[in-house]
Amino acid sequence: MPEMKNCTCSCAKENDEQKYKKLAELMKQYKNSEGSLIQVLHIAQAIFGCLPLELQRYIAQGMGKPLSEVSGVVTFYSFFATRPRGKHVIRVCLGTACYVRGGKKIITRLEEILGVGVGETTKDGLFTFEVARCIGACGLAPVIMIDDMVYKQVKPEKLENILAQYN
Amino acid sequence: MRIKNLEDLVKIKEEYNSKMAEYNYQILVCGGGGCVSSKCGEVKEALDRCLKGYGLSEKISVITTGCMGICALGPVVLIKPDETFYTKVTPEKIAEIVKSHIINGTILEKYTYYDKARQLYIPNINDIPFFKDQVKIALRNCGQIDYSSIEAYIAKDGYFAAAKALSKMSRQQVVEEIKKSGLRGRGGAGFPTGIKWEAGLKAISDQKYFVCNADEGDPGAFMDRSILEGDPHSVIEGMILGGYAVGANIGYIYVRAEYPIAVERLSTAIEEARRYGLLGKNLFSTDFEFELEIRIGAGAFVCGEETSLMASIEGRRGEPRQKPPFPFERGLFGKPTIINNVETLANIPPIIHKGAHWFSQFGTERSKGTKVFALAGNVVNTGLVEVPMGISLGDILFKIGDGIPQGKAFKAAQAGGPSGGCITKEFLNTPVDYENISKIGAIMGSGGLIVMNEDTCMVDTA
Ligand SMILES: Cc1cc2nc3c(=O)[nH]c(=O)nc-3n(C[C@H](O)[C@H](O)[C@H](O)COP(=O)(O)O)c2cc1C
Ligand code: SF4
Ligand code: FES
Repeated sequence: MPEMKNCTCSCAKENDEQKYKKLAELMKQYKNSEGSLIQVLHIAQAIFGCLPLELQRYIAQGMGKPLSEVSGVVTFYSFFATRPRGKHVIRVCLGTACYVRGGKKIITRLEEILGVGVGETTKDGLFTFEVARCIGACGLAPVIMIDDMVYKQVKPEKLENILAQYN
Repeated sequence: MRIKNLEDLVKIKEEYNSKMAEYNYQILVCGGGGCVSSKCGEVKEALDRCLKGYGLSEKISVITTGCMGICALGPVVLIKPDETFYTKVTPEKIAEIVKSHIINGTILEKYTYYDKARQLYIPNINDIPFFKDQVKIALRNCGQIDYSSIEAYIAKDGYFAAAKALSKMSRQQVVEEIKKSGLRGRGGAGFPTGIKWEAGLKAISDQKYFVCNADEGDPGAFMDRSILEGDPHSVIEGMILGGYAVGANIGYIYVRAEYPIAVERLSTAIEEARRYGLLGKNLFSTDFEFELEIRIGAGAFVCGEETSLMASIEGRRGEPRQKPPFPFERGLFGKPTIINNVETLANIPPIIHKGAHWFSQFGTERSKGTKVFALAGNVVNTGLVEVPMGISLGDILFKIGDGIPQGKAFKAAQAGGPSGGCITKEFLNTPVDYENISKIGAIMGSGGLIVMNEDTCMVDTA
């Protein structure tokens, strides 16, 4: 399955049972390390792709914490998603440097190309479109990030070519 | 191998240096975040292939470094010992460079730095205005060494300060040295580091913690990231020294989730330090013990603030709380905790190694040392610069930054992120230090400087 190469989650390769088992193992390791809930959530999101309520309940049990605490943490941090995200996440920086160098035009163009607004996922499930906190590459503004890859000095005209590399 | 004392470090340093001296050339390829997105990986691959083709792989060492500072011209390559600096390198260009520079011994001028104002090429990195006026303390190794090699760090006197402090200095003496240096926190507030450490040392508890704040929240700033990616051991050594000074034996480095490369390089460095006996029990044959753990954030701006950050390390919602109690009284898990910023910590080893007196010769009366700035926006040389405190903003923007592109006029520079302020033309002569910058209505913040030209609408960016 060469087309799976870019997918960061392991969703298609394992069935649910295997995933839950893997998570349970990891939780056992982390349970005694103080304050490791956020690290466990990171791992769970990497395994399952997102953190729906069902999964939060499972984690709460495994970590011996009330569900309300787990949900409180999930909703507080923007990195955690409760609904499935697209296969790829596009993050556009709207820091000042990016803005000065034309970040807003990138957003407008992306909305046109993707047909969805910020915070939404395309109908085919390929892309989720988000704005990000600064990603620390201002020297190269404006930048966008697709999954872990940073694209620098992006121009609205270049966007279609960049997106075409993802499927 | 387990390092037991200074002699062990000296031995590693000498071995590394003599190994390097055997190579005819060292080719340093920048692997900083900026150059990675400019595809420096392809340049490095082409370089390796090319050297292999000439049968030179054994004679020339190729080193991947952290950010060299001038990201807009990336990918950049530095060739030693002649210190020739090539910019905007591509796989095709590197093949030409190897042929001309390495095989024929002729510098390929047309791919070196071009000074537009003077209309000439400047091949030697030390003659380029961008580098010439900088003083590098926190960034001393960034772009200079192989970030993935603990030996390379040791060869630059790395961990010498830790060896000295743990075996020859009392905790109080380390605190005194930092106090005398005049170092102030680089995370924004500029609080004197030595005074904070003294409070940590005096706190009485069965357990204390030392935390490194690597959340780097200000948009426009990326110095902490560059230090973590380009010289992770300097932060680890800073934390060992801090932990020793205040009497903490567990450290946490809180890194934001948006920095996966920093997390990866830091984890590798921590493992390596542990393997060399520089983390764990009985450091430098003393009974001092120090353990270090990385905690990854999850994308919440407020977590850069120290009380939120501690809540987040505890695995809770990163909500700030009232002070007092201050972290040095009741911090992480209710225990005394000292928190310092990445750049602050990178300054610690050279201060202990070379002495407070050496450090305090740089800077102004009340702001000692240097500050790293991230130049961005409408300025020719965008990237990372480290300058002595007290230099004027005009010098940073026009001498080092080389002015505004396309001959446009300067309008303002935003300092200290969105919560900071804009510095306009009439203040270009202001010496940049904590006091003066706040006098003109801006703040030092963490060092983001975003330049705007005459066309930028300030109302929109605010
Ligand atoms: C809203 C807010 C955001 C902050 N963000 C950061 C940050 O991203 N990085 C940082 O080092 N300090 C940040 N600080 C400052 C920290 O609270 C703390 O003072 C600092 O980490 C102490 O380290 P230092 O003394 O070495 O500067 C922030 C403070 C506030 C109020
Ligand atoms: S890092 Fe980007 S995203 Fe952030 S302000 Fe800088 S250029 Fe923008
Ligand atoms: S990343 Fe290469 S110069 Fe900054």
